[in-house]
Amino acid sequence: MDLFFQQLINGLVLGSIYSLVALGITLIYGIMQLPNFAHGHLYMLGAYLTLFMITLYGFAYWPAVLVSVAALVLVGMLLERIVFRPLRSAPHINSMIAAVGVMLFIEATARALWGSDYRRLETPYDDVIHLFGVTITEQRLIVVAAAVLLMVGLHLFLKRTVIGATIEAMAQNREGAFLVGINANRVSLLTFAIASGLAAAAASLAAPLNLVYPSMGAMVNLKAFVIIVLGGMGSIPGAVLGGYILGLAESLSGTYISSEYKDLVAFLILVLILTVKPTGLLAKEAR
Amino acid sequence: MKSFPDSKWIAAGLILITLLFPFLTDNSYYLNILITIFIFTIATSGMNMIAGYTGQLSLAHAGFFGIGAYTYGLLMAKAGMPFLVALAAAILLTGAVGAAVGIISLRTKGHYFAIFSLCVGVILLLVIEKWESLTEGVRGLLGIPIAKIGPLEFATLSSQYYLILCFLLLTSWINYRIIHSLVGRTFVSIRNSEELAEALGINVMRNKLLAFVHATVLAGLAGALYAGYIRFIGPDIASVEHTFDMLLYLLVGGIGTLWGPFVGTTLVTVGMQLLQSWQEYRMVIFGPLLVLIVMYLPYGIIGAIHRRRMKRVAAGQAGVPQEAGARIAMQDRRMAGGEVDA
Repeated sequence: MDLFFQQLINGLVLGSIYSLVALGITLIYGIMQLPNFAHGHLYMLGAYLTLFMITLYGFAYWPAVLVSVAALVLVGMLLERIVFRPLRSAPHINSMIAAVGVMLFIEATARALWGSDYRRLETPYDDVIHLFGVTITEQRLIVVAAAVLLMVGLHLFLKRTVIGATIEAMAQNREGAFLVGINANRVSLLTFAIASGLAAAAASLAAPLNLVYPSMGAMVNLKAFVIIVLGGMGSIPGAVLGGYILGLAESLSGTYISSEYKDLVAFLILVLILTVKPTGLLAKEAR
Repeated sequence: MKSFPDSKWIAAGLILITLLFPFLTDNSYYLNILITIFIFTIATSGMNMIAGYTGQLSLAHAGFFGIGAYTYGLLMAKAGMPFLVALAAAILLTGAVGAAVGIISLRTKGHYFAIFSLCVGVILLLVIEKWESLTEGVRGLLGIPIAKIGPLEFATLSSQYYLILCFLLLTSWINYRIIHSLVGRTFVSIRNSEELAEALGINVMRNKLLAFVHATVLAGLAGALYAGYIRFIGPDIASVEHTFDMLLYLLVGGIGTLWGPFVGTTLVTVGMQLLQSWQEYRMVIFGPLLVLIVMYLPYGIIGAIHRRRMKRVAAGQAGVPQEAGARIAMQDRRMAGGEVDA
């Protein structure tokens, strides 16, 4: 039974990271109808920045995370401005392919600049805590707590502030948002900023648990897409719920079924669900 | 349409040159590049069928390429089957998997289909990579025997060249016939509007499935030819990056055009050879190129040429009755894939 609870906790940790990444993708999809395939690579950039801030510039962990989030916010806004805004009125397939191009570019650049080796990000929080027979490192606890904090913060921002409300309004009804005078460019810029910041935060939190390398974002990215398809593309609660479901499913199946094939679980779940319900579990709208 | 009498001549000229090429040079480097171009033209033309003509962006293509390659490789290396049987089996199995995947995945639309097919591609890759007892996993499959048809042995480079050229010509001819038939027009009508096609009485699902299976069969064929040519395969041929490579070829050449796959594959492959010292980092250049293409040349090189020609024809026929002008304009949009929307 202890093993079960241990895996439950691990699943929660994994799910927190997945949810944060998926939230960014689903926000962007809700505003721009763009599946941003480059999102996982922004995640990778975030991890590298935190790593370099700590190792090269001697920052402490939290300031390094903040710098990395701020930098990624800028990168996200830059991407929106240079790549995705000019493509807004083009057919959807074009912006999707542009996202693929951005993705390939970021990964190749990271490889060229920093090499393909795996790096470790040291964390000051590697003490182990025992709770009811379950062991958990502080970093894992921090991941879950910080993720919940960010999600609550995002929720409050979207529901309680006017700027946040403009994002929600545009996701709900584009034309309606225009009619009440919402500036579409500002909203999409803001959305990219938030989404990229979330990706950097998720990566910085997760990096000490895993390793940092140029293709670290690829699998996370794919799984985040599985999550938002499960949760309904553009749905924020769907992304959170889907993230935790996937995290738990992966962690439990890795223990009880086969650790070799645990990466397959996400994709098999997706195939099963889309077979039964082609529009996803919590689809925002029938497409 | 009388607007491209010259494209047939270009085709004839190109076929002649490619047929004579091994006599003009015995430089194996050039032959190797051409063989690679031929193989990937076949694969990319499959992607063109489903993404370009039918408007369903399938990102599982490298996975099917992998199925073809591994089926052929395993049947040749481990089961010792004759060449043609292994090739046929590779094609049939890829097509069968394609049909099964298509029945499930084509019920989803738009972005859902793109993401779903991407996930299918990852599943195929993971299965190939993890099923070590069958595929040797990341070690790769070694020692695929040389292809033989009866007494004919494809041991030399130029014999491989002709073998693969044969298949390229065959598939190009089949694709040409499909696109200029009612079936091809049905595909295009689905691309332009699924609802409209349905309203016209077209069985959208069946036609999408047909296009998808045809696309996967071409990917499987290309994979099998690749395995027979390289005679060593690793799971990375089924990786998602490979799908994106093919997407790049298709976009550079022109999505939804018959010449697009060949032109794009040739240009990008040659470009990559010129940047060979960059091999691993080539996407530093090709990534932004992909972005620039969808921004400024969304119909690729061939698409841009078609559009210019159509405009000239339309301008030249300013005096013709309205209806004919409208038809030309419509043709223009179709050829250029203006309505391609995943």
